[in-house]
Amino acid sequence: MSAPLPVTLTVNGETLSHLIEPRETLADFLRRDLGLTGTHTGCEMGVCGACLVMLDGVPVHACLIFAVQAAGADIATVEGLTESAAVADLQRAFHERNALQCGFCTPGMLITAQGLLARTSVPSRAEIRDALSGNYCRCTGYEAIVDAIETVAHKRAAGEAAPRFTEEPA
Amino acid sequence: MKARAFDYIRPATVAEALAAFAEAEGDASYIAGGQSLIPALALRLQAPARLIDIGHIAALRGIAVEDGWLRLGALTRHVEAHDHPLIAVHAPLLALAAPYVAHPAIRNRGTLGGSVALADPASEFPAMMLAMAAEIEIVGAEGTRRVPADAFFQDLYQTALEPGELLAALHIPVARPEQRCAFDEIARRRGDYALVGCGIRLTMPRDRVEEAHIAFLAVGPTPMRAPAAEAALIGARLDAEAIRRAQAALARDLDPPEDGEVPPAMRLHLARVLLGRLLGRLQDQIAEAA
Repeated sequence: MSAPLPVTLTVNGETLSHLIEPRETLADFLRRDLGLTGTHTGCEMGVCGACLVMLDGVPVHACLIFAVQAAGADIATVEGLTESAAVADLQRAFHERNALQCGFCTPGMLITAQGLLARTSVPSRAEIRDALSGNYCRCTGYEAIVDAIETVAHKRAAGEAAPRFTEEPA
Repeated sequence: MKARAFDYIRPATVAEALAAFAEAEGDASYIAGGQSLIPALALRLQAPARLIDIGHIAALRGIAVEDGWLRLGALTRHVEAHDHPLIAVHAPLLALAAPYVAHPAIRNRGTLGGSVALADPASEFPAMMLAMAAEIEIVGAEGTRRVPADAFFQDLYQTALEPGELLAALHIPVARPEQRCAFDEIARRRGDYALVGCGIRLTMPRDRVEEAHIAFLAVGPTPMRAPAAEAALIGARLDAEAIRRAQAALARDLDPPEDGEVPPAMRLHLARVLLGRLLGRLQDQIAEAA
């Protein structure tokens, strides 16, 4: 009975049907079955925040949900949010402010930031830090990350459209 | 760090869920938000042969006021405790405690029913059930019953839930205008388990305390009321003297265990500091309102 089950779900706008073993987490499904390796697996117990994805529009840990539980759900990974340019302004701000070094934590940071700005248009620095309390960065430190998110919050509130991310900021 | 293989069932009704559990002869777990259960499965602290996903049972959802009680379906998510207008008005302690529960992404998945059923003594929501005099609705093969929070939490991770029973809903007496409440905790880092946390609900129809509910988390094997501290406040004005008496009485209520993280005496000290801080905050609120 622990045999694979048929599961239909939407990932980055595409509706997919797959046979999935119940024990497989959403994070492993995205990485192994779909090759979407932008969702990083760090602690695999809901502490580090590297595996965050959007599930029905809100951030969740992909390591804390089995893929079979996501049947019928709408998932967006960092790849999908990048292609749609939904986080392009955040990516640019992280780049400009050097808010990443190794980049392992960055997909999770972007998703937390996107979730925060959807709830609170211009959060205080304390609110940004609070939102980031579940995202571990082990190299840059948080100051630049908070700066980058704060910058984007103000730009979005002023109605500036998110520019598409390019390798070299203008 | 991967869960052992299990079979997965997603029932549509409570009856189907109970039947799926009975069929598994005890080797099953219910899963709702899964934010505590999945790490336990990944660490193989638990390895049930069957997971019964109750997350899609409509009868376990919903937030409504009925006859002076706020009924929260077991599947109410932590983020709703944070945001929902009915909770803010009728169960303000839950709204005050919600920002301290884990991190935003956990709050988007975790359920109130799951948190209370797990009964982690260091979690915020179980202790708030005590502070709000909530009742827990349990459904099982024998039917439905309601258990007062004081009788629900029995020992470390042990509750009034029998194997196979489901926590269906939380019932909270709606907050009255003459009640005031406060919550805070002391933690090393935001979102970490608290060293000590406390929720208080005082009923003060005039300028004296008529009824006091004080509940602590992370001070013992279960979330704990502080009856001696409560008694020290009954009939008193909330002044510096009453607060000192309540703080002194805490030594009779709490006997924190040795746990290797902080010494019991320090935990008791922190509980006293926190109680003084919260009662002081309520004293200030009353002074401002006067």
